[in-house]
Amino acid sequence: MKEFAYERATDVRDALIAADGGARYLGGGTNLVDLMKEGVEAPTRLVDVRQLPLAGVSEAPDGGLVIGATTTNSDLAAHPEVRRRYPALSQAVLAGASGQLRNMATVGGNLLQRTRCAYFTAQVCNKRVPGTGCPAIAGEHHNHAILGWTRNCVATHPSDMAVAMLAFDAVVRYEMLDGPGEIPLAEFYPPVGDTPHCETALPPGALITAVVLPGSAVSPRSRYRKVRERASYAFATVSIAAGLDLDEGSVRIALGGVASRPWRARTAEAFLLDAPLTAEAFRAAADAELAAAEPLPGNGYKVRLAGNLIETVLKELQP
Amino acid sequence: MTNHHRSVISLQVNGVPHRLSVDNRTTLLDALREDIGHTGPKKGCDHGQCGACTVLLDGRRVVSCLTLAVAAEGAEITTAEGLAGDGELLPLQQAFIRLDGFQCGYCTSGQLCSAVGMLAEHTAGWPSAATADVSPDGPAPVLDAAEVRERMSGNLCRCGAYPSIVRAVLETAAQKETEG
Amino acid sequence: MKNAVGVAQPRIEGRAKVTGAARYAADVPIPGLAFGAVVLATVSLGRIRDIDVSAVQDMAGVLGVIDHRNAPRLNPKAGGFFGPDGQLQLLQDEVIPFAGRPVALVVAETLEQAQAAAEALPVTYDEEPHDTGFTADHPASRPAVAIFDEPVNVGDVEAELAASSVVVEEQYCTPEEHCSAMEPHSATAWWEGERLEAIDSNQGPFSIAVTLATLFSLSPDLVHVRTEHVGGGFGSKGLCGPQLILAAMAALLFGRPVRVTLTRAQVFLATAMRPAINQLIRIGADADGRLRAIHHEAAFEISPLVEYLEGCTELTKTLYAARSIRTRLSAVPLDILPPYSMRGPGATPGSFALESAMDELAERLGMDPLELRLRNEPVAGPVSGLPFSSRNLVACLREGARRFSWDTRDHRPRMRREGALLVGTGLAATSFSAGAFPSSATITAETDGTFTVAIGATDLGTGARTALTAIAADALAVGTERIRLRISDSGLGPAWGAGGSRGTTSWVWAITEAAEKLRGQECRGTVTVDTTRSLGELSSRERHSFSAVFAEVTVDPVTGEVRVRRLLGMFAVGRVVNPLMARSQVIGGMIGGLSMALHEEGIRDPVSGRHVNADFAGYHIAAHADVPDIEADFVPDYEPGIPMGVKGAGEIGNVGTAAAIANAVWHATGVRQRSLPIRLDRVLE
Ligand SMILES: Cc1cc2nc3c(=O)[nH]c(=O)nc-3n(C[C@H](O)[C@H](O)[C@H](O)COP(=O)(O)OP(=O)(O)OC[C@H]3O[C@@H](n4cnc5c(N)ncnc54)[C@H](O)[C@@H]3O)c2cc1C
Ligand code: SF4
Ligand code: FES
Ligand code: FES
Repeated sequence: MKEFAYERATDVRDALIAADGGARYLGGGTNLVDLMKEGVEAPTRLVDVRQLPLAGVSEAPDGGLVIGATTTNSDLAAHPEVRRRYPALSQAVLAGASGQLRNMATVGGNLLQRTRCAYFTAQVCNKRVPGTGCPAIAGEHHNHAILGWTRNCVATHPSDMAVAMLAFDAVVRYEMLDGPGEIPLAEFYPPVGDTPHCETALPPGALITAVVLPGSAVSPRSRYRKVRERASYAFATVSIAAGLDLDEGSVRIALGGVASRPWRARTAEAFLLDAPLTAEAFRAAADAELAAAEPLPGNGYKVRLAGNLIETVLKELQP
Repeated sequence: MTNHHRSVISLQVNGVPHRLSVDNRTTLLDALREDIGHTGPKKGCDHGQCGACTVLLDGRRVVSCLTLAVAAEGAEITTAEGLAGDGELLPLQQAFIRLDGFQCGYCTSGQLCSAVGMLAEHTAGWPSAATADVSPDGPAPVLDAAEVRERMSGNLCRCGAYPSIVRAVLETAAQKETEG
Repeated sequence: MKNAVGVAQPRIEGRAKVTGAARYAADVPIPGLAFGAVVLATVSLGRIRDIDVSAVQDMAGVLGVIDHRNAPRLNPKAGGFFGPDGQLQLLQDEVIPFAGRPVALVVAETLEQAQAAAEALPVTYDEEPHDTGFTADHPASRPAVAIFDEPVNVGDVEAELAASSVVVEEQYCTPEEHCSAMEPHSATAWWEGERLEAIDSNQGPFSIAVTLATLFSLSPDLVHVRTEHVGGGFGSKGLCGPQLILAAMAALLFGRPVRVTLTRAQVFLATAMRPAINQLIRIGADADGRLRAIHHEAAFEISPLVEYLEGCTELTKTLYAARSIRTRLSAVPLDILPPYSMRGPGATPGSFALESAMDELAERLGMDPLELRLRNEPVAGPVSGLPFSSRNLVACLREGARRFSWDTRDHRPRMRREGALLVGTGLAATSFSAGAFPSSATITAETDGTFTVAIGATDLGTGARTALTAIAADALAVGTERIRLRISDSGLGPAWGAGGSRGTTSWVWAITEAAEKLRGQECRGTVTVDTTRSLGELSSRERHSFSAVFAEVTVDPVTGEVRVRRLLGMFAVGRVVNPLMARSQVIGGMIGGLSMALHEEGIRDPVSGRHVNADFAGYHIAAHADVPDIEADFVPDYEPGIPMGVKGAGEIGNVGTAAAIANAVWHATGVRQRSLPIRLDRVLE
C-alpha cells in the first residue's frame, strides 16, 4: 500500500474542501482499503466521512424514505420502516457480505464498490487502464455478465443493495462545492460502451449524502432472492429483487449478477403490464427480457437461472 | 516536522487506554498485534474474507483487517483477550471448551468475538438472511441453528468445528434466556 | 487407577485458545524483528530478465532485497518424502518453473514498509510458452513413480468384464484443491552464532529441521525449529515451506531476526495443493451384484520439480472382493505449483470415483447400494491376500444404515419432493490405510513425582497434546496431572510428523515403549527409545481404518443449489483415545469432504496459466451456513498390531463424503455428477 494522508470530517462542507484535488472518501473501508492493499487504488489522501451527520433513515415527504449515505448496511437492514415498506431492500442487504462487514459498510460505499472480477485485482485490464484488454472474455468468466456488456469489459456489479434500490426507483443525492445534485439510480451506472473504467455518473469530488426511496405501492410486497455458490458469505451468481402491486397489477424486477450494473428488467415489466399475472406470463416475460442476453461459453447457465428466478419469485409474490 | 502519513491515536483496548503513533496504512489488526501486542485477533486473509480478525469496536463486531487503525481513533476495542475481563471465562468460552468448538484454534478468537456481537444483534431484534419474514410487525426472529449458522457465516473454520460452535452459541443463548 | 484413554476430555490448551493467549508462529514477540515480504513470479514459465532493486532500496525502512543474485546457495539434494525437491531451491537461479514461484524477498523494519516495497519492486521476465492444461491423455503422461500404491493386476480384468452381466465404465474428474489452513504459513528465523533458530508453522518440526539443515549445509544439531501452536495444516505444512527458507536466508544476510508470513494469496500460489485428477473406473458384476472386475486408473498433474503421487487406487485394493483388480496411476508433468498431499490424499478423490461408480452399478443392477457393498465384503486383502488386522466396515455400514433409516429408502431416483425441493440420500464406504513410522521419545521421572514426556510431535488441532498426555498417563499407570508433555520442538528427537494418519500411531508407539522401559527400571531416571526396530517386527497385515458415510441433500432444480441437510459417519478407527476430540476430527474431515463436493475448485486462466481465484472470496470453502449438524460415531474397533490399539482418525473423515453427497444428488435428481465440485450450473434445470 502507498502512503497517504488521513483526515476526518465532521461537516459536509469541510469534507468537500478536504477532498478537493483528488482525495478519496473513506466509508467503512471494506472495499477501498481492500483495493488499496491490492494496489488497485492508491489515493494520496483519505477523507473519512463516517463522522458526518449523514447517518440514519428518515421519512420523505412523498411517503418514501431518505437513507443517509453513512448509514451502515446493518442499520439499514434492521430499520423497521425499511423492513415494513421495502422488505426486499432489507433482504438484499442481509444477503450481502457478512455480519461484520455489514456493520462497517456504508450505503454510499456500497453503491460505489467495484467489480469482483478476479482479473481486475490481479492485473491491469480495461477497467483499470483503457486499452489494456479484457482477459476475462477468453479466460475465466463463469460469473460474468450476460447482458449489456461489450468486448471491452464483461464484469458484473457486485452490490446486492443496489439491485433492490433500483427496483424501487431510488435516487442518489450528492453534494459538491458548488451545490447539491441528484441522479436516479437507473442512470447512476452508465453502460459499459468503450469506457469500462467510467463506472458511475457521479461527478468527480461529489460526496453522496443520501439515497431517496420514493413512496411505492410495489415495494411492500417485495422479495429479494440471491443465488450463490455457497449458502452465505458469497457474492451473487444471479439475484433478483421483485415487487408486486396487486391493485395495479404491476411488477418491478431488477436483477443482480448479470450486467455491469444492477439490471432493471424493463422489457419483462412492460410485457406484464398487458398480461395476466400467471406462471406462463412470468415465463414469457422472462424470456422476453433475456432474449437480449449474450452469454459467453462459460456463463450460459445464467440465462436459464435468471429466467427461472424471475418466474419463481414472481409466483412466490402472488397471494 | 509533521508527517502527514502518520497519526497519533487513542484506543481503549480491553478497557486499557493506549496512545500510539501509527502509519496511516496500519490496519487496526496490525496495530493490535504488532504495536499493542494483542495477538488474539488473527490474520487469516487480510481482506475481509475469513473473519479470523474479528473484534468488537464500540460493541459491534467488525473485521479489523479492513479497519484502518487511524479510522478507529477514540474507539473501544474488545479482543478475545478481553472477553473474560480478568476473571472467569464467559459462559460462551466455557461452552467452546466443553463442546470442543475449535481444533487448531486459529479461527477461535474471531468466532468468539463474532458470536458475542451476533448475540447482541439478535437481542436488538435484527433479522438475518435466514429470517423468513423480515417484517418488524411479526414475532422477533427466533435464534435457531439456521439463524446462528447464517449470522456466523462470516467466520470461516477450515478445521470444521462449525457444528460444535453452533451448539456452543445456542447453549449460551438459551442459558442467557433462562437467566433473564 | 482409572484409564485416561477412552475418556472424553476437553483440550489441555482450551483456555489458551479461547482467551487469545495461544501463540502461533506469527504471534511470538521477538526483539529486533525485521519483516520480509515475498514477491512471486507472475508468469507460468520463463526466466527473470531483471529485478530492479534500486527502485525500492531507498524506500522508507527497507533493509534490502534478496533474489537469485545474492541469495545464499542451497544444497540441491534437500528434499522430503518424495526425494530431492526442486520446490525448495528458492532464489537459486533465474528460472521460473511456475507462476507463484518466489523470486525475491524484501526485508524492512515494519510490515507495512516491507509490503509496500514488495509491491513496488519491478520484476521483468522473458516468458516462454507454458503448459498448464491438464488432461488424462496428455502426451507427456507417464507412469507415476511407484513409491506406494503401485500398479496391480490380479485376475483377468478383460475376461471378467466380458463375462459380467452389468458393466459400469465412467470417468470422474476432480479439480485442483487447496489445503487452506486458516493460519497462513509464517516463520521467524535468527542465527545464534552457528546455530539457526526458527519458529515456524509446520506439521513436523523434526523432519523440517533436517531438511532445513540439508538445504543450508548445516549439521542437523545446529538447526532448531519450534512450532508451539499450528493453525491447521491439512498437508500444506508438511513441507519445509518457502516462509522458512526465506526467513533463514534473510536472517543470515541481515544479521537479525526476520519474520516472513505468506499472504493468503501466496498460500494458494506457493505452498501446496491437491492436483487435478481424472479417473477411469470400469466395474463388472454378475446380476446378483458379485463383482467380477474393478479397473481403476487415475491420471494426475505433477510438476517436474519434484515427484508426487496421489494414491487414488489404494482403497480399490482394499474395499471389495472382486475376482480381478487392475490399477494404474499416471502423472502428467505441467508448469504448475508442485502438488502435495492434501487431507486424505489419494483416498479422498479415489473414493469419489470408486464409490460413485459402485452407486452407478447398484443403479444398473436395480439393487440397494448398501446391499451391493455388503455382498462384496472380502475375507482377506483382495490384492495382497493378507489377512486384515481388523476390519469393521460391515459394522459401520449396518449401524449407519440403522441410524439413517436406510431401509425406508426408495432406491429409485427423483421420487422425493418437498415443496420446490428434490430430496435424495446416498452412501459411501471407505478405507484409509493405517500404520506407523519410526519415532523416538524420552521420558524422565522427575523428583516431584511427575514425568516429563518429550516427543517431536505437533498439534495442528488434532488434539495430539491432549491425546498423548492420556496415552502417557495410562502407559505409566499414573494420573494425567503427573504428565508434563513436551512437543513441537525439533530438539526433542526424531519423530514422524503429523500426516498420513501416521502421527498418533507413531507417537503412541514411541511413548508406550518408553514408558514400558521406564517402568522396567522402577520409574527412575530417564529413558529414550527409538521404535525403528520394533516397527520392523510388525507382521504383514492389511491395516486400515474404515467408515461408512450417509448423506441427505436437497436440490432446488430452479437454482441448482444443493444443500446437505444431514450427514452421518460411522467410523472404525481402532481404539478411540478421546471420543470428544476424535469426533471433532472426523466431523471436521466430513466437512472438508462436503466442501470438496460442493465448493472447492482452483481455477486457472487458460491463457496465462495463472491461478485466478487465489483468495477466500473466489476459492470457496464451506461456511457455517453450508454445514448441517453432523452425526459421527465409532463402532468398536481395535488394532492388534499397534500399542493401545489405535489406528488414526485424521484423514478418513474426508474420505467418502464427496461420493455420498454426489450419490445423494443423483438420488434427488436422477442426474449423475461425475465432476466436482457439484456447482449449481451443473445441477440447474
Ligand atoms: C469478503 C467480502 C464479501 C462481500 N460480499 C458482498 C456481497 O455479497 N454483496 C454485496 O453487495 N457486497 C459485498 N461486499 C462488498 C461490501 O458490501 C462493500 O465493500 C461495502 O458495501 C462498501 O461500503 P464501504 O462503506 O465499506 O465503502 P468504502 O470501502 O469505504 O468505499 C467504497 C468506495 O466508495 C467511496 N465512497 C464511500 N462513501 C462515499 C460517499 N459518501 N460519497 C462518495 N464516495 C464515497 C469511496 O471513496 C470508495 O471509492 C463484500 C465485501 C467483502 C470484503
Ligand atoms: S471483465 Fe472487466 S474487470 Fe474483468 S478483466 Fe475484463 S475488463 Fe477487467
Ligand atoms: S483476516 Fe480479516 S477477515 Fe480474514
Ligand atoms: S479451529 Fe482451526 S480453523 Fe477453526
